[in-house]
Amino acid sequence: MSIALNAEKLNKHFNQPEDFHVLQDISFSVKKGEFVPIIGKSGSGKSTLLYLLSTLDTDYTGKITINDTLVTGKSQNDLARFRNQNIGFVFQFHFLLPEFTALENVMLPALKLGKHTRDEIETNAIAKLKQLQMDGFAQKLSGKLSGGQQQRVAIARALINDPAIIMADEPTGNLDSINTGLVFDIFKDLSHNKGITILTVTHDLDFAKGADRVIEMVDGRIV
Amino acid sequence: MFVNTLIAKRHLLANKKQTLVAMLGVTFGIAMFILMISFMVGVNQFMEDTMLSSTPDIHIYNDIKTDYAVSITGDYYKDKNAVIVVHHPKPKQVTLNIKNAAGIINNLRQDPDIAYVSPLLSTQVFYNYGPVQINGYINGVNILDEAKIFDLASKMTQGVPQNLLSADKGIIMGRGLADKLNLNMGDMVTLTTPQGTTMSFRVVGLFAIGISTIDNTRSYVNLANVQQLMGQDRSYITDINLKLRTNKIARPKAIALGKKYSYKSDDWETANASVLAGNIVRDVLTYVVSITLLVVAGFGIYNIMNMTIQNKMKDIAILKAEGFAGKDIVQIFLSQSLFIGFFGAMMGEVLGFLLAYALSRVPFPHNDFIALKFFPVIFNPAHYIFGLAFGVVTPFIAGLMPSLKASRIDPVAILRG
Repeated sequence: MSIALNAEKLNKHFNQPEDFHVLQDISFSVKKGEFVPIIGKSGSGKSTLLYLLSTLDTDYTGKITINDTLVTGKSQNDLARFRNQNIGFVFQFHFLLPEFTALENVMLPALKLGKHTRDEIETNAIAKLKQLQMDGFAQKLSGKLSGGQQQRVAIARALINDPAIIMADEPTGNLDSINTGLVFDIFKDLSHNKGITILTVTHDLDFAKGADRVIEMVDGRIV
Repeated sequence: MFVNTLIAKRHLLANKKQTLVAMLGVTFGIAMFILMISFMVGVNQFMEDTMLSSTPDIHIYNDIKTDYAVSITGDYYKDKNAVIVVHHPKPKQVTLNIKNAAGIINNLRQDPDIAYVSPLLSTQVFYNYGPVQINGYINGVNILDEAKIFDLASKMTQGVPQNLLSADKGIIMGRGLADKLNLNMGDMVTLTTPQGTTMSFRVVGLFAIGISTIDNTRSYVNLANVQQLMGQDRSYITDINLKLRTNKIARPKAIALGKKYSYKSDDWETANASVLAGNIVRDVLTYVVSITLLVVAGFGIYNIMNMTIQNKMKDIAILKAEGFAGKDIVQIFLSQSLFIGFFGAMMGEVLGFLLAYALSRVPFPHNDFIALKFFPVIFNPAHYIFGLAFGVVTPFIAGLMPSLKASRIDPVAILRG
């Protein structure tokens, strides 16, 4: 299997309120189609690591390669385009745009990418929602959906541009056990059947158990 | 680009009340600008019209010479080295008429820049009516020429200018003067010149220009009557009034004519410098007030955009994570600001037009000496174009800073919570 993501000697410092070495010489790689939770206690640097890998945070030393593309050192505009095409995001607090319907939320990243016509994108978005059993709520304003429903819409949105990697920050942190199980099944299905790499930060040890491989962090190091 | 516009539209529609308030700020700014400038330019135009109804575009006359530097005393002594000092020189006895008037008038009538020429003989007189005696002056004119220059027909409160031609020794009198002398149409009035000659005239018309110093002192009679009154021949005139095809060229033309005929030649701008200064003051006032209103509206937009961006931090972070670049974020928020500006300005123009139109229908307080029926208001498309441009530029500047701030938001700080 080919490598989806490679990190080489990542180091990061927080300067405020005092100098703190959060990530220390982190090196690892993730294969295509792998489902990899990152676990660890609060302050172990797992979220920080995820944001470095997601290209949102560029203040670090070391090298990150995603899909054979070196993303370290790219300009902000190039990174934005790269994220749009290659990375899907799922966050703890769903972060849908409340003025838009569920369907429109899913469509936005694809409209931004502009590779397909509006009609094609709409068809595709409905298919993604169906895959997550959310097609019945497509025309609802996202603010009117429940937490579990919103999270599923957010996953559909993460999938819309067929990214190589989905990065999730505590995707189940705000959900009850039924919805957590649902999200877990969806992720597993995506990685094993669709070949999408999934990297997720989580507190939930049950969630981590069923995964292919677990990265555990303690005090800024992988153990 | 399309998707950015879509997001901007949703933001505006999601908060309709706030969008409307921001728009109304611009609307009132622009409406006030349109109302004020329409009215002020209307007032300026009215002042200029009034001024031009008493001042010809160019006035040619024989001024009393006050230059005593040249003296012929030196010729008498024939000594080039002698220093000659003349104490208290006085002007010699001169007749202040324009020599070769007929030739000059003919020449002026050929000039393509000049629309009308009116020769004039003006003199001081006493108006006698019973025991009442008032100081004033009369203008001897060819009434048809003079009427064309000053549009006298519209200034007549009684009679018509042509009455002067049909009456033997008729006089068209300023209305204020007639009131003081208690004269009405058909009454006789006796004029006395400084030289002591007298002549009686019959009132055949009354006019009111709207400037009391003229309406209280001036009368028109036929040129020949004044020449007769002053004991002068038929070619004796003291002034020539000109109306140009366009009064914008008055100043250079006046200088050229002054040189050509070597008589004093005044243009209307020089003769009315104080009125023109008033116009400039009103213009500046209009722009200062309007710009102040628009700046206030601009701050309103700035505040609202800042608030919107504060509320949309999470959305901005997620958009950035999804792959929207900084310039997309600027586009999203700046286009909202521009939309507010453009539609606010459009509404402002409509409101401004309605207010200006309403003002133009308000009757001006009645006054015999002011020829105004309604408040003076001018409708000029240029004002509306300027208003629209300003209504778009202000929100652009006001929206630029918050938009740039939004584009610099660090998504990590917000997404991590």
